[in-house]
Amino acid sequence: MALSGVEIFKLLPKTNCKKCGAPTCLAFAMKLAQRQASIDSCPDVSEEAKKILGEAAAPPIRPITFGAGDKAVKMGEETVLFRHDKKFVRPCAFAVEIKDTLSEADVAKICQQVIDSEIDRVGQKLRVDAIMVSNASGDAGKLESAAKIVAAKAVAVPVIISTTDPKAAEAAVKLFADKRPILYGANATNAEAMAAVAKTNKATLGIAANGLDELSVLTEKIKGFGVEDMVLDSGARKAKDIIEHNTLIRRAAIKKGNKAVGYPVINFMQREDTLLEGLAASVGIAKYASIIVMSSIEKWKNLALFTLRQNIYTDPQVPMQVEQKIYAIGEPKAESPLFITTNFSLTYFIVSGEIENSKVASRLAVMDCEGLSVLTAWAAGKFTASKIAQFIQESGIEKDIAHKELIIPGYVAILSGAIEEKLPGWKITVGPREANTIPAFLKTR
Amino acid sequence: MAFTAPKETYTGKVYAVTIGTGDKAVTFGGENVLPFHSFEGVTPNRPVIAVEIQDVPPADWADTVKKPYEAVSGDPVTWAKFCQDELKARAIALRLIGTHPDRENRSPADAVKTVKDVLAAVQVPLIILGSNHAEKDTAVLVAVAEAAKDKNCIIGKAQEANYKTIAAAAMANNHKLIAMSELDINLSKQLNILITQMGFDKEKVITDPMCSALGYGIEYTYSVMERIRLAALTQNDVTMQQPLLGDVGMYVWKIKEASASEEDLPQWGALEERSIAWEAETAAALMIAGAELLIMRHPRAIKEVDNLIDELV
Ligand code: B12
Ligand code: SF4
Repeated sequence: MALSGVEIFKLLPKTNCKKCGAPTCLAFAMKLAQRQASIDSCPDVSEEAKKILGEAAAPPIRPITFGAGDKAVKMGEETVLFRHDKKFVRPCAFAVEIKDTLSEADVAKICQQVIDSEIDRVGQKLRVDAIMVSNASGDAGKLESAAKIVAAKAVAVPVIISTTDPKAAEAAVKLFADKRPILYGANATNAEAMAAVAKTNKATLGIAANGLDELSVLTEKIKGFGVEDMVLDSGARKAKDIIEHNTLIRRAAIKKGNKAVGYPVINFMQREDTLLEGLAASVGIAKYASIIVMSSIEKWKNLALFTLRQNIYTDPQVPMQVEQKIYAIGEPKAESPLFITTNFSLTYFIVSGEIENSKVASRLAVMDCEGLSVLTAWAAGKFTASKIAQFIQESGIEKDIAHKELIIPGYVAILSGAIEEKLPGWKITVGPREANTIPAFLKTR
Repeated sequence: MAFTAPKETYTGKVYAVTIGTGDKAVTFGGENVLPFHSFEGVTPNRPVIAVEIQDVPPADWADTVKKPYEAVSGDPVTWAKFCQDELKARAIALRLIGTHPDRENRSPADAVKTVKDVLAAVQVPLIILGSNHAEKDTAVLVAVAEAAKDKNCIIGKAQEANYKTIAAAAMANNHKLIAMSELDINLSKQLNILITQMGFDKEKVITDPMCSALGYGIEYTYSVMERIRLAALTQNDVTMQQPLLGDVGMYVWKIKEASASEEDLPQWGALEERSIAWEAETAAALMIAGAELLIMRHPRAIKEVDNLIDELV
């Protein structure tokens, strides 16, 4: 947890030598507290003090990268409990479990599902982020074979190896040594050996505890073995316990500066019923999970979970928005229709998607309304007749088109007269209210 | 080192609201902690899911959710009985959508008859909703509130434009009242204040901060609910301590994800599962944010959210 200026001052040499550029040690301490200076500017500070200050300055939840390359997932670094306070910054990763009892073909099939899971929603690429290979067989050889198939078939996908057997762990984790894998399964009996495997293979170590007390003891112990990067499983499996443990862990890290639990959390959501599994996952998405492990990844379930994750992790202050400009849909010609809407991402993607569905090449003028939807922007005075007229005039679109007709959203039909007044020579056509009737609307023209 | 659990103590609590009569009455709310935080306080009641039916056949509903009611939805009484007896609904929400002037434009007298018939046929508590046409609702809801006198129903929705008459009718006939505002914590607070200033018991109000579907603004509803809960609990704000409503079904079943076919959008997966998941996920997320009363449509979505509640309490 951040130290106050006075607390920092106590750790400084108190000689007021000014070498740091500040007039006094106290002044320098104040600057440090406000993160306006770096401790490195004081040449005389003790190593001990540096260590304390370094720890205090570290984020309350340790930043950890899971996987390597384009598909790597960043975890940790969250700073709040509620999304309205400040944006949640590290969307949780979804992982699917592959048991080493499955046939080679089935393992390969799930790998392919993971690779094919990527979809585009509101301009973001979303996917199942990771694979967990678990040692359900209890046999080291089987774990290694399954891991080998995964390494070959799901090349860039971040991997979790789940086992409590350090020997089995060693063979499987080795396959991903340069790819920041997670080795899950360190407990009270195998901690030292598992820590050694994690260290040699630069893996993050997943702690498998039974309750919060044991969790906190284990992370301290494992840190003593020289492992810095950990992910936490308190043992919670029921939704009620997941809320309790995840909440207490997040609070302890952020509000109390408890370093023993200042790591990303992994939740295991596997359920018999795939829909219930998806609902349990939604609890994890809302309540602080960094990794959510599931047993199946049907496309429909992915879409719902990707969407919830995207919604919970958007910035509450700044709506998602797209650039103001005139977008071409298909290959519009001079006679093609011209539509207008606002730059709220959701609005843009729905409207452009429906115009695309209609297979009529068009132009869509997207006006900057600070990311507000059509009616919200209208109510806030940002999507008004004069602003629309000004935008159309300044866009220079007139020279690209052979007509002067602008189609406006049905919900702002009331603006049509006023726009016509402000855009002399233009014809304003009121489009449908809901975007999904745009194809029908274009057909009847 | 052992873990010191940083528990919170809250100063406020959510009112417990009971609806219906006799042994089928249900109670929701009553907790003095954030949703499902039973580790630091009391959570005496489970959230309640009311199954939605309407006064006219659901011609406008998406196919997936029309199907399970195909045999019963031609008539609200049969439909209501089905929900009570077959689906084991703990409550039923009857939406008088057919009274909307742009729809069948049914009269307040028609609505009264539907409400009386349904009340005579089922014992579970009834939530009676208008068509969300501020003017027409005034006439319709006043009439049905009287027709349902002393049945301890929920009447809704009272909005800024029409709350006076609707609240007065709910009060005169001993009902609970839904107060709906549009996704703004201050508007919600203000409406609750206006309603209680009329002499309406603040413990008989249910707040609807306005729902939105997953992918279509749920983050706004989610955060408004969360902020209302925090105001109720940490600031002991008595104007924010009403249970929260998530009117989920009607927002979910009109979006594209609930009706676009897999042939058109292969990346979206199977339509039936997708749309059911959409309703269930929306409900689950809002429950985590604070909703104690949910209005839902699809039997399978309802059942699975109920299973999640089993895990949460
Ligand atoms: C979420 C929301 C908000 C969010 C903002 C979200 C955002 N980024 O815009 C917040 C909470 C910030 C907000 C604030 C306000 N809001 Co608001 N908000 C909503 C809500 C619930 C959903 C809006 C939304 O996201 N819709 C989804 C998008 C995709 O819809 P859309 O842009 O309209 O696009 C659709 C159609 O218009 C059409 N379409 C779009 N473009 C085009 C183009 C063409 C050519 C065609 C043919 C069709 C078409 O296709 C889309 C899909 O069908 C609506 C109510 C509702 N359920 O609709 C109220 C609503 C829009 N808000 C309203 C109001 C009044 C406000 C405030 C002024 C309230 C206040 N007192 O503070 C403020 C103003 C904001 C400001 N900065 O000052 C009113 C507007 C009333 C009116 N009829 O004028 C509404 C309708 C609620 C209501 N019934 O009172 N709001
Ligand atoms: S350099 Fe160090 S010792 Fe010198 S004044 Fe700055 S803080 Fe104090």
